[in-house]
Order: sequence, then structure tokens, then C-alpha cells
Amino acid sequence: MTPAGSLLIASGLHKAYGPTTALDGADFSIHPGEVVAVMGPSGSGKSTLLHCLAGIVTPDTGTITYDGRVLSAMSDRERSALRRTDFGFVFQFGQLVPELTCVENVALPLRLAGVKRREAERAALGWMERLEVDGLRAKRPGEVSGGQGQRVAVARSLVTRPRVLFADEPTGALDSLNGERVMQLFTEAARSANAAVVLVTHEARVAAYSDREIVVRDGKSRDMMQELSA
Amino acid sequence: MSIGHTLLGLLESGPRHGYDLKRAFDEKFGHDRPLHYGQVYSTMSRLLKNGLVEVDGIEAGGGPERKRYAITDAGITDVERWLTQPEKPEPYLQSTLYTKVVLALLTGRSAADLLDSQRAEHLRLMRVLTDRKRRGDLADQLICDHALFHLEADLRWLELTGARLDQLAGEVRA
Repeated sequence: MTPAGSLLIASGLHKAYGPTTALDGADFSIHPGEVVAVMGPSGSGKSTLLHCLAGIVTPDTGTITYDGRVLSAMSDRERSALRRTDFGFVFQFGQLVPELTCVENVALPLRLAGVKRREAERAALGWMERLEVDGLRAKRPGEVSGGQGQRVAVARSLVTRPRVLFADEPTGALDSLNGERVMQLFTEAARSANAAVVLVTHEARVAAYSDREIVVRDGKSRDMMQELSA
Repeated sequence: MSIGHTLLGLLESGPRHGYDLKRAFDEKFGHDRPLHYGQVYSTMSRLLKNGLVEVDGIEAGGGPERKRYAITDAGITDVERWLTQPEKPEPYLQSTLYTKVVLALLTGRSAADLLDSQRAEHLRLMRVLTDRKRRGDLADQLICDHALFHLEADLRWLELTGARLDQLAGEVRA
């Protein structure tokens, strides 16, 4: 898969935390609407790669280009704006605000962007229906199961219609049946919205929902599909 | 899979013609490998010879496909015995992958590359099965899950071996 037509491209990323090298020349690219799994053992650098791609962490060297713009050339304010408007995030757990109801949680990114409550909650409910959690609208996160909470979090990540979704072990805290359900609904919803998904996982069954995988080992990346088709 | 026992089991609910048996088998168990008519008739004649089924009737027109089979008491006992006998678990001790990894290390080739290519190949099949599971009914889901769990076990072994390659290299070259 060549970077031509890619939405997000990273090349030659290096990142060290003190004496520890996290990334050692990693490359990455993803097309609009594509789901790419980032795999590798613990400590291989896959989460650092995700954080660099999302503009949360700045690499020591190497470039990341999103939609033709170089992330490192942008100001902090511009990168923050990009994360709010173009990027969505799903983490392993603990991402919902416990005091808010599920629909308020999903509507939150729109409310923060200045959208009126009624309109924001209408959009939120649309995504909750697609993730099959619309029945939980009035419940608080503490009153729903882990799998349901993760589906609410996925709905929230999609509500701003991001072009890239970053998911870091999104099923890591779920049993396999709930994890599969989350992945199925997540990838269907992302594909229907033409959002690209960067999916960090160490689980093969989760990675099987992707279109291709990148393997990270010792901070270096391998695009297996590109190598096999070469 | 024991085709004989499966056909016998299908006969327990009532007598059936050979073509009817084949259709029931394919629908329930033959998603990937439907039975040949020849297999059905050779199996039925074996079961007939062993007294596990009997001919319940023959439709006018002759030909093997016109025979209607019924299970006998001996047949029911045979199915019962087969169902209650646990299947011997596959020991998985002869692994081509292990052999390849050791040979790669012995001959100075990259065992890590070999493991990476194998992981990609496994994942490719897992994607196909996951997609089929997503589109399929409960039977498809269960059949694909069975395959997916086995492939996942292989992948865990690939990861573990990848993490122990240096150690293994030291041992095989000693």
C-alpha cells in the first residue's frame, strides 16, 4: 500500500524517552476509510506511534503529514483544534464522564464545540442507535456494563464526524464476546462514515477486523501487506 | 468427521431418502465441503451391511437414490456411543512451523521474518473468517469462531516464539 492518496503519513519517526528508544525509524500511512491495525508486543512502541500520529506527542525526528499539512509545522493551538475537529479517540476504559448521562457524554464534544444541546443530543442519539446503545441514553456510565460503556465511548468518538479515529486497545478491558461486538459495530460505523481507523491492539481477533496490519517491533514498523504483495 | 455417524444421527428423526440425507447434511455441516452423492451411497451401503440402517421403502423407478433408509436399534446405540465418547484432543506436537523456525536458525536465515510472514498469512485468513462470521448466521459464527480460536492460538505461539528467538538460536546452534 503506497502512501499515494493517503490521509495520514508518517515517515522515519524517532522518539526517545531519556535513554529508552520508543520509535526507531517507524513509517505509517492510512487511506480515508481504511482500518489499519498496529500490532506488536508490549513495549514495542505501538502506543507511542499512535500518540505521534495523533499529534499528542512530538517525535524527535521524522515527519507526520495529515491531509497535506505537516503536524510539526503547526502550532500547539492548531494541533489541538485538529484533534477536536478531525480526530476521534477511543481508549481502553475510563473515558466517560461519570457525572453525565450516556447521551450527554456522547454529545459532549459537540457541546464543547458550541452546538446547542438539543441539536447535539439529536446527533448523539443517531450514533448511539448505530452502536445499539440508544436505550441507555438516560443512564450514567456507572450503571452500564463494560461493553455498553465502550460502545457509548465509540459513539462519542464518532459524533464530531472525525476523519481519523485513534483506538488504543479499545477492547482490552472486555471479554471476547463483548469485545467482538464492539469491534463489529465500531468498524461498521467507521466505514460507513468513511473515517480512517488506527487501531492499536495486541489481539489477533481484534486485528482481524482491520483491512491490513502494521507490525511494530523495537520501534521499527513493518507493513506486512506491502511486503507480501511486493 | 465421521460421515457414517452423522448420517445415522440425521436418520434418528425419521426415515429419509439418500438425496434427502445429502441435502440435510450439506445444509447443517457441509458449508465448506458438501457431500458427493457417491459418498452418501457408499456410506449407506456400509451402514446397511452392518445392520445399522435398513431399507424402509423403494420408490418406483429404481436406482439407489430411490431407496428410503431407516435407522435400526443397533444404529441408535451406535450413534449414542459415538456422541457420548469424547473426541481425542489433537496433541499438536508435530509442528511444521517449529521445524521451519529451527531450520531457519540453523541455516542462518531470518527466523523473525519467517514468523512475521506467517503472522500475516494467519491474519489474512482470520479476516476472511471474521467477515464471513459478520455476514453469517449462528451456525456460521460458531464454525468460524472454532477456526478463529485455533488460529489465534497459533498466533500466540508465534509471538511467544518471536520473544524467545535469541534463546532458541543459542540452544539449536550449541
